[in-house]
Amino acid sequence: MDQLVTLNRRELLKSTTGLLMGWVVAGSPLALIAPGRAWAVDLTAFTSSEGAALLSMARTIAPHDKLDDAAYALVIQSVDGDASKDANTLKMFKEGLASIGTSFAASSESERVEALEKIESSAFFQTMRVKILQVLYSNPIAYAYFGYEGEAFSKGGYLRRGFNNLRWLPEVPTEDSGPLPAGA
Amino acid sequence: MARIAFQDESAVVIIGSGAGGGTLAHELTRRGIQVVVLEAGKRQSTETFSQVPGEAFLQLTWLDARTQSGDWGVAKNFPTLPAWHCKTVGGTTVHWTAATPRFEPWELRAKSTYGNIPGTSLIDWPISYQELKTYYILAERRLGVTRRDGVPGLPASNNFKVMYAGAKKLGYKRVHTGHMAINSRAQDGRGMCIQQGFCVQGCKMGAKWSTLYTEIPRAEMTGNLDLRIECMATRIEHATNGRVNAVVYRDGQGREQRQKARIVCIAGNGIETPRLLLLSDSSKFPQGLANSAGQVGRNYCHQIIGFAWGIFDKPVHSWRGATLAGVIEDEVKNDPSRGFVGGYRMELCTLDLPTFPLVGLPYGWGRDFASIMENYRNIAGMLINGEDMPRAENRITLNRDVKDAFGLPVANVHVDEHPNDQAMRKHAQAQMSRVYEAIGAKRVVLGPTPPATHNTCSARMSADPREGVTNAWGQTHDIPNLFISDGSAMTTAGAPNPTLTIVALALRQAEYISREMKTHKI
Repeated sequence: MDQLVTLNRRELLKSTTGLLMGWVVAGSPLALIAPGRAWAVDLTAFTSSEGAALLSMARTIAPHDKLDDAAYALVIQSVDGDASKDANTLKMFKEGLASIGTSFAASSESERVEALEKIESSAFFQTMRVKILQVLYSNPIAYAYFGYEGEAFSKGGYLRRGFNNLRWLPEVPTEDSGPLPAGA
Repeated sequence: MARIAFQDESAVVIIGSGAGGGTLAHELTRRGIQVVVLEAGKRQSTETFSQVPGEAFLQLTWLDARTQSGDWGVAKNFPTLPAWHCKTVGGTTVHWTAATPRFEPWELRAKSTYGNIPGTSLIDWPISYQELKTYYILAERRLGVTRRDGVPGLPASNNFKVMYAGAKKLGYKRVHTGHMAINSRAQDGRGMCIQQGFCVQGCKMGAKWSTLYTEIPRAEMTGNLDLRIECMATRIEHATNGRVNAVVYRDGQGREQRQKARIVCIAGNGIETPRLLLLSDSSKFPQGLANSAGQVGRNYCHQIIGFAWGIFDKPVHSWRGATLAGVIEDEVKNDPSRGFVGGYRMELCTLDLPTFPLVGLPYGWGRDFASIMENYRNIAGMLINGEDMPRAENRITLNRDVKDAFGLPVANVHVDEHPNDQAMRKHAQAQMSRVYEAIGAKRVVLGPTPPATHNTCSARMSADPREGVTNAWGQTHDIPNLFISDGSAMTTAGAPNPTLTIVALALRQAEYISREMKTHKI
């Protein structure tokens, strides 16, 4: 979340064309790491309605109903950055957005899926899909949501933090496993 | 560290500092031989390894442009990244997952064992198992391999408990936490494994063997190593007598440099090694160096690799623990009644959350894709690692339409799968699914073939000079002072992960080179 807020402040100094904003949902995993925080992403390449359409597209490609919009907003922030740096990318996105129509974000999920299936082979769709895979699952919001604990070196590894705590299956006999290091 | 003059004609120049090049550099320098190592990448350390998967990928991976063709799944799923190996001091030993099985004796006799398989270019290795075994033992001691020579195995992780329980239900017998070059206890000046799970990002404990913090610094301590980082070899030159005598390279500032050499050893991984030979064509060697038989770049192997993910209704937390520490070895046999020749292992595997959807899952989006991701904490994983068939047309060539930063043609990787490869994968996917279903998996998801990490055989050893590039010591058939010192020289891929064999061959090659230098044969 600090990443979002920091970028937001810096971006405010520049001219912006759109804004995505929201509130972290109370009781969501994200609320534990960002309690009661409002978030906002300024857009420089896209308008607010384009941003909303892209966010809706991301939610259709990777629909995690209880995952906070803030995580999806990181994806939009990233593609907005790409599009503002490169005219060809911007053109591809603008044309892609035109192809899914202005009512995309307001459509039902089945309508959105149908619309995306029609453009599945386009560079626009594929760029968005890869960007979602790259960004949506590699931030603290997603880590908290999916229960992924990330790097462990700074905490002494998982040796004493549950690497072998699975109890719903039998233990592996010593001859096929190995001794725990002293103190583990 | 030694400073060897550009005009010094007495040094051995090694290109690459990974399992092959790094080991060879240590072995030669400790025998008093002056060595220049040209390493294209930067130097990281246990302190600088990033623990952000995306950053670590960019920090370590060879990302120079390549193209590919053929019908293998990588061309479709990962069009810009045919292979996933490293560009850094230590080479691919920085990101490897440290599984170190040996070849079986019958795997070295591939052609004799499998017979005439149409559409393959199988040959037997020019080395017997008995001879290779001597160097396996040395290599295993060097790497501190678990379950060898009294070194304890690694303890079982959650992910392995799942694999083990399923495998035993199916009646598999050879199931254990693997022969791993990961310290199950502190040894050799390196720490013990603390089950971080970030093997691929570079082991911050140094528990996993890598030439970066073993062979390379030891070679430096001899005073005989001149390691030049961010130096990309672009051409090997030769004298009128056909012997190589210099390596041209670009240094970190992009300036062209020329290092004279008595002997040149190439260890740039299975794609760059043949590329460099092909880039070094001359009027005397119009097809490139060591390529009079037209074998350079051919017979490229990458092994049959693919993921299986078992989704359970209880947590697994597969990411906790050494990434690959577990194996089922019962399918390492040649039993053509299964519908294919050669064998495969099923090896434990897990991918961190950011990498899992990028590399581990088949193409997909929408509700089904998301439902797999939602189960991330309840997923157990493994992969097949099996022998692929060498084919003459599966090869590394120069793509003259696409140029690198220095204006040189990039490598094209062409792979058409052999029916044997497809039959093996199908069998393995069925067995991996059965392992998980035997203990109640809700669903098994079969992943795609990821970018190749085991790039081998593209400048292979052969008894007959018409069938390969080098003799049994990695010495090229055409040019006696030019050696291949990495997995490119392997004759066939076999089922084992290749690094232990690369190290064993490098140890053996170092003895040969120093002997031949002493007697002035090279």
